[in-house]
Amino acid sequence: MSATTVAGSAAADAPPKPRGVWRARLKAFGMALIVPIALLIFWDLAVRFGWTRLIPSPAEVAEYMVDFAWGGIWDDAFSATLHIHLLASMSRVYGGFALATLVAVPLGILIGRNDTVRALLDPFLQLMRPVPVTAWLPLSMILFGLGARSAFFLVFLGAFYPILLNTVFGVRGVEKRLFEAASMLGCSASAQFYKVVLPAATPSIFTGLRLGLGLAWFVIVVGEMTGVPQGLGAVIMDGRTLSRTELVICGMIVIGIAGYISDRIVVMIMNRLLRWSPSHHA
Amino acid sequence: MPELPILDVKGVGKTYELNGLKIEALRDANLTVKKGEFVCLIGASGCGKSTLLRIVAGFEVPSSGEALMWDKPVTGPAPDRGMVFQDYGLFPWLTVRQNIGFGPASRGLPKKVVKETADRFVNMVGLNRFADAWPHQLSGGMKQRVAIARVLANDADMVLMDEPFGALDAMTRERLQDELLDIWQRTQLTVLFVTHSIEEAIFLADRVVVMEPGPGRIASEYRIELPRPRDVASPEFNEVRRELSNRLHSHHSRKAA
Repeated sequence: MSATTVAGSAAADAPPKPRGVWRARLKAFGMALIVPIALLIFWDLAVRFGWTRLIPSPAEVAEYMVDFAWGGIWDDAFSATLHIHLLASMSRVYGGFALATLVAVPLGILIGRNDTVRALLDPFLQLMRPVPVTAWLPLSMILFGLGARSAFFLVFLGAFYPILLNTVFGVRGVEKRLFEAASMLGCSASAQFYKVVLPAATPSIFTGLRLGLGLAWFVIVVGEMTGVPQGLGAVIMDGRTLSRTELVICGMIVIGIAGYISDRIVVMIMNRLLRWSPSHHA
Repeated sequence: MPELPILDVKGVGKTYELNGLKIEALRDANLTVKKGEFVCLIGASGCGKSTLLRIVAGFEVPSSGEALMWDKPVTGPAPDRGMVFQDYGLFPWLTVRQNIGFGPASRGLPKKVVKETADRFVNMVGLNRFADAWPHQLSGGMKQRVAIARVLANDADMVLMDEPFGALDAMTRERLQDELLDIWQRTQLTVLFVTHSIEEAIFLADRVVVMEPGPGRIASEYRIELPRPRDVASPEFNEVRRELSNRLHSHHSRKAA
């Protein structure tokens, strides 16, 4: 049999040489740092030479970040409140995302599998899709009032479409051949849903979940413009109102890091569950 | 009274409609296959050989006539007729062992039996080392072994093969032909095998059914009397090859005239 494939898959099973891997990782890490560090230097120089007077220097932001997280420097209304805002935002992001998943995945499966449901819902959903989440803000405040419920709804809306569309795509894109294979092996039409459709659609559903979670973090700032007292979006809005740019930048950094970490977690789970898929290797 | 054939195709025809155009893919095909027989369908593309196979499999409904399996009309795909596709059709999310155990598991056999059956057939096609590998980690030849094993593991009476080795390199193809014959002889399997290779048909079959296009139909049948194992380089083999090749080409020239 083909020696290359045997050797190839054997190599994939065996643990690779640790030193080579660490060197490669270190190199990738170093490469990834170049652009951010260059930007930091540029930012610092720009502040030093007075090109801008409204933006604090990186060092000031760093100092404020420490105070924001642990307090003890400025001891103002925002000192040592990072965890409160982060938790508030996380609960909305993950809550809205979870609700979007619970609604969009089954709905996507229904639309993908059932022609009547598709005829009923698809045109409406496609018509609503181009409306940006930001445009929903006023209506959402009327419907759900000022506060957390509004934010929750907007996050839900932001995560909903990518999950729905990718689920429909995954369910509809199952190779016909796999249904033929299943039926000639004695798998009944009803059992094929669990044995063929769902597993075949998982890569696509996961792509939707990943995009959806990304968008949930994306819209959290808008969501928290609805007058909630806590949350990273609220911090950024407060910072803007109070002309405290360092607060705005701190909020941006925390959202960036939190969004990044939650994306890595989804990718880790995805790579673990989709080990069978050649396009999902870590 | 003659022995009841495992497969009896009676006057089967198939007409498709494509953009309002009627296309006759198969006309009045008659074919009987006896238990344990190895039959090859051969012909140029468009001769309806795959259509005939898919009707026997139950994937297509004939426009006329019927296919009888053990004297009962074929109404849809079922485990008594296992199909091996050219593009394998393996479930990418299942390991080799799970793919092979798919049929037994679908039939609701106990987990232990499923695992034992799967392991036995993993063994039969020599994939023990790859029992826990996923299809994308396998070469084409290994994938086709899995596809054959999962049909055998499901106790199929008859194996339908649609150009199964067409996508493989020459050396792998020869090896799989040998292995298939070996399995066929050991298990008393019945095989209906579609190919466009004259050599492959003569090497494998007890009987070659020659089909011709426009509209697709069965033109003639040819019994291969060569003793097994057959030597593709022998003068006898070449003689059969020449004769069969002449038949195929005479159909073409007749069509062209």
